[in-house]
Amino acid sequence: MSTVSEPTKTYVDQFNQLEGELARRLPSWWLEQKRAALTRFSAAGFPDPRQEEWKYTNVRPITKKAFLPAQQGRVQPSGEEVAQLRFPALDAHVLVFVNGRLNIALSQIGDLPAGVRAMSLGEAIAQDVEGLSERLGAAVSYDNNSFAALNTAFAEDGAYIELARDTRLEWPVHLIFLATNEEEPVVAHPRVLVAAGAGSEATVVEHYMGQEGSRNWNNAVTEVLLAANASLEHYLLQQESIQGYHVGSVYVRGSRDSRYTSHNVNLGGRLVRNDLNASLLEPGARAVLNGLFMVGGRQHVDNHTRVHHAAPHTSSEETYRGVGDGHGRGVFKGRVWVDRDAQKVEAHQNSANLLLSENAEIDTKPELEIYADDVACSHGATVGQLDEDSLFYLRSRAIDQDTARGLLIFAFADEVVERLGLEPVRAALEERIAGRLPDSDKLKGFV
Amino acid sequence: MLSIHDLHARVEGAEILKGIDLEVRPGEVHAIMGPNGSGKSTLCSVLGGRDGYEVTAGSAQYMGHDLLELAPEERAREGMLMAFQYPVEIPGVKNIYLLKAAYNALRRHRGEPELDTFEFLGLVREKLKLMRMDESFLHRAVNEGFSGGEKKRNEILQMLVLEPKLAILDETDSGLDIDALKIVSEGVNSLRREDRAIVMVTHYQRLLNHVEPDYVHVLSQGKIIKSGDKTLAHDLEAHGYQWLLDEAAA
Repeated sequence: MSTVSEPTKTYVDQFNQLEGELARRLPSWWLEQKRAALTRFSAAGFPDPRQEEWKYTNVRPITKKAFLPAQQGRVQPSGEEVAQLRFPALDAHVLVFVNGRLNIALSQIGDLPAGVRAMSLGEAIAQDVEGLSERLGAAVSYDNNSFAALNTAFAEDGAYIELARDTRLEWPVHLIFLATNEEEPVVAHPRVLVAAGAGSEATVVEHYMGQEGSRNWNNAVTEVLLAANASLEHYLLQQESIQGYHVGSVYVRGSRDSRYTSHNVNLGGRLVRNDLNASLLEPGARAVLNGLFMVGGRQHVDNHTRVHHAAPHTSSEETYRGVGDGHGRGVFKGRVWVDRDAQKVEAHQNSANLLLSENAEIDTKPELEIYADDVACSHGATVGQLDEDSLFYLRSRAIDQDTARGLLIFAFADEVVERLGLEPVRAALEERIAGRLPDSDKLKGFV
Repeated sequence: MLSIHDLHARVEGAEILKGIDLEVRPGEVHAIMGPNGSGKSTLCSVLGGRDGYEVTAGSAQYMGHDLLELAPEERAREGMLMAFQYPVEIPGVKNIYLLKAAYNALRRHRGEPELDTFEFLGLVREKLKLMRMDESFLHRAVNEGFSGGEKKRNEILQMLVLEPKLAILDETDSGLDIDALKIVSEGVNSLRREDRAIVMVTHYQRLLNHVEPDYVHVLSQGKIIKSGDKTLAHDLEAHGYQWLLDEAAA
């Protein structure tokens, strides 16, 4: 066995110190999972760029830092500040997490229909809510992702969303994860579990934000279990501070005729890695993955998606767009895997990227592995610059150069944002995107 | 309004325009005709201010400005508008937004208050009717998925809304069927005004049956080799370009 590297050892030691206390208060099934996850983490260590899955993203900026555990965070955001983080005009069940931990005073969960839970995961574990032990950890995988193992070992809180059979959640659940601006940055391991019963329907907005200047690290894991004919709209909005770190791993298991849609919009963060894994396990299951990342300055945002078609008649559709400016670096790697017996699968993937500066870089890599012979699969990937003809056309219509550029960038990004079903979220993101562009005030008429 | 003198221009090192002279006054309609490769597109690109065209000699004055010194958007703001041969598709930018932004840019330039969406829609609806375009066109992305004819109608719609002082139509008639040609021609005719000039660059005489020019110029090998009134167009229709080319060579 190779020696455990220093950053890895730090976390292993931390866990060993915690373990006695965890053993006293956690249900044994969860403690067992944590122990097993730590063993996996300890064996694998943090990934390095020699691993194929991590070749575009060096996580050293994260591993070389000594983040304090989130409990040691000192900053308490005010209710006023949190109110600003909400989407105006969006009726929602709002759960606010400060450095990964639910703050009930800042939250506004409201009335939930019968058969629906939206609560602190830590609380659900402490109560050992019925069915939780079979669900929590059921979808996660630690292969090529020791961050997910680290999350399991250290996860203290997050959200537990459970929908009983045939329940429909009218309002979305808005999970706000706020990273505070600490003198000593902290790491949180938020964990989200969505268990959607047969025929149920919900929208969940996972929204990661950082206070200005925050250098915290969020190492999140989300598990989504969709029973037959269940449907989930899943927003993943990453707006960490420009100095913040974010690693997010999503695992989806789709049963027969289930529908999963994610909107993965990344506008913030210094170093960001997202892994989206969707397993379509039974016929009729469908996954739609929409994504947008905009990187400028020294931002680095890496999106890895994996769609596993494990059954016939499953379908997936993936649309990712990236915009690179400044010294920004973006990555999209999308893997589609079709099992040998998964006939009549339809899988389409498209990655389009826009480079705005000479120093920006975007790597895009589709990967199709198809072992069935009767399938309809396609993929396309482009990296280009703003279209000169379009720019000229707009300028010939009296629109000045900066506005024309801004307009074309906005239109490019909006191809993804306009797919968002929640109008207040869409409007807020469009405003946010327009705000990053040159001459943003003149774009108002377009937005 | 527009005075072009001895204009020479190069594209990728090759000299395409070899001394163009043209005088356009308010109220006039000029047709510039010529075979393929005569320099029609280059002339339009130079007048429009497109990158990649190097003017090596001569001048172009427009309403007291050195046209060649103006950025494309400045030319538009000064009232010179071009309808393109190949209008680009701009996914994600709605037609109505482009029109309104352009319209308000012109108003700002003239020191007039901008129109809001409601006021603006009222103005556009009328013009849509004239071009026999459905209002749904406004809410589609600029030219995206438009047929060839729809794109050209959209160009003329922009002209009708933006009301240029000088309209330059680059092969607006090419690729149109008879019905579309009629609609486009009606649009162009409705643009005719005493204080507005129109320059139509075209390959075909057909357009001139619908929009009668005051002057016709024949462009060949980067020069205007003959100018005349509308009868010149009829001669071209009857005899083709060759006799003129031979005459010029003689």
